[in-house]
Amino acid sequence: MWTIFKKEMNQFFSSLVGYIAIGIFLVLSALFTFVFPTTSVLDAGFASLDTFFSNAPLFFLFLIPAITMRMFAEEFNTGTIELLITRPLKLSAIIGGKFFAALMIVVFSVLPTIVYYFSISKLAAPIGNVDTGGIIGSYFGLILLGASFVALGTFSSAITNNQIIAFLVGVLLCFSFYMGLDFLSKLPFFVGRFDYFIEHLGINSHYLSMSKGVIDTRDLLYFITLIVVFLLLTKTVLTKRK
Amino acid sequence: MSVKVQNLSKHYGSQKAVDQISFEIPNGQVVGFLGPNGAGKSTTMKMITGFLEPNNGFIEVCGIPVLEQAMLSKQKIGYLPENNPLYYDMYIKEYLAFVANVYGVKKIGARVSEMIDMTGLGREQHKKIQQLSKGYKQRVGLAQAMIHNPDVLILDEPTSGLDPNQLEDIRSLIVNLGKEKTVILSTHIMQEVEAMCERVIILNKGKIAADNIVEQLKLGNKRTHIVRLKVKGKSAKNLQLDHVSFKDVQGEFIIAHSASVDKLSEAIFKYCVQNNLTLQHLAEEQDSLEDVFKQLTK
Repeated sequence: MWTIFKKEMNQFFSSLVGYIAIGIFLVLSALFTFVFPTTSVLDAGFASLDTFFSNAPLFFLFLIPAITMRMFAEEFNTGTIELLITRPLKLSAIIGGKFFAALMIVVFSVLPTIVYYFSISKLAAPIGNVDTGGIIGSYFGLILLGASFVALGTFSSAITNNQIIAFLVGVLLCFSFYMGLDFLSKLPFFVGRFDYFIEHLGINSHYLSMSKGVIDTRDLLYFITLIVVFLLLTKTVLTKRK
Repeated sequence: MSVKVQNLSKHYGSQKAVDQISFEIPNGQVVGFLGPNGAGKSTTMKMITGFLEPNNGFIEVCGIPVLEQAMLSKQKIGYLPENNPLYYDMYIKEYLAFVANVYGVKKIGARVSEMIDMTGLGREQHKKIQQLSKGYKQRVGLAQAMIHNPDVLILDEPTSGLDPNQLEDIRSLIVNLGKEKTVILSTHIMQEVEAMCERVIILNKGKIAADNIVEQLKLGNKRTHIVRLKVKGKSAKNLQLDHVSFKDVQGEFIIAHSASVDKLSEAIFKYCVQNNLTLQHLAEEQDSLEDVFKQLTK
């Protein structure tokens, strides 16, 4: 798994995909958090990073499928998948290596935003009067949300040879899990019957609950289950395709 | 036995790509897979390497059953897939080091430079794979297949698309490898099999059409006896022998054909002696492998 992880990391950074994804994320999140007046913290009057944490998943919605789209689609398209599968590598090691490499990009793009926390904390009155627990929980949730998107993106990359299709399916899957199920639960047909259940199938309710600063094992379990299920589905698809 | 295949089958829907084939390859033999397009050469190779799962049958590599112990058998095999897929965005050394790492090769740096020397990549070694010409990419493909010093090399069309000089280099490389390793290679080119392989397995429509030592295959398949001769001062129309037809060819040679005379060269020799003709050349002609191939795969 480690060798695949290393290979993927090298490919991310030699093809600029890694730098560009991280760069776009940082530029967008900085603009939305500090510059654009409608969402800017500076105009809001409260020393909180809520706008950042509500916008970041939207950037991930596009950036993560863009990172993951080539992972298997390209290997199938160029035939290099044959090189991987005929080597003494377990399928789970190939998937795991790719998953963690993409997750690493997500972590790298989130890490510099810790600067935002320190700026906010300096701006607060009195200085340092920010909801540190809530922010730590939010970061935790954001990484888990990113990891779930990576798993969904990895899966969509495994079902096709075409990177564009992998990207579009990835966006659709991420959207469905992040917001789609939320919207679905609001349909009159479900309200009062399954709405609670459907809402909790989606990512958003768990993400919001984590951003309160409470790391609930049920939320943790939800994210881990979602990730594992989609990585296993990826494995099934790859076994079928070879 | 290095490679053992029994009753191997692979179907794609109702189409049988490989249909109940069996063969055994002893250590150190260079075997050529010949066959028209879609004969099942690549499919067979992909099943031996563990990329495809057969619908039926048994495969063993160096005594290890491929289906049950894939991780072990994969370690024994070096594989160059058809069309030589490579990570074009990687550097040669980077890629070879990655492959070496996967196989758990020790002293990776030394092994990588050894492979670069062996495949003659020295001048190009600092380039990215996408910058290489086709012949050099092929060398990278061979280098990655051999990097862990495998017992069995499986090369799917190792020489396709190379220029004549590169062709010669790669061929001699494979012949050298074949001295210690078991090599299975596939090709469309008959001369290649004659130049590199001891044994040839001809596949047609998923079945084995012939499996023999190259020389025997050529001899065994001779339908008519053909002899090339040269007689001082005579041409084909001067010669007459029952059941034998003579024909002039370039360079004052005469080709004698016969479907019924058993020992044609002997008969011609006696005929010349009896008629006091000076025989300057007499040799039995072998069918070329190309003829054999055409007959078997029609």
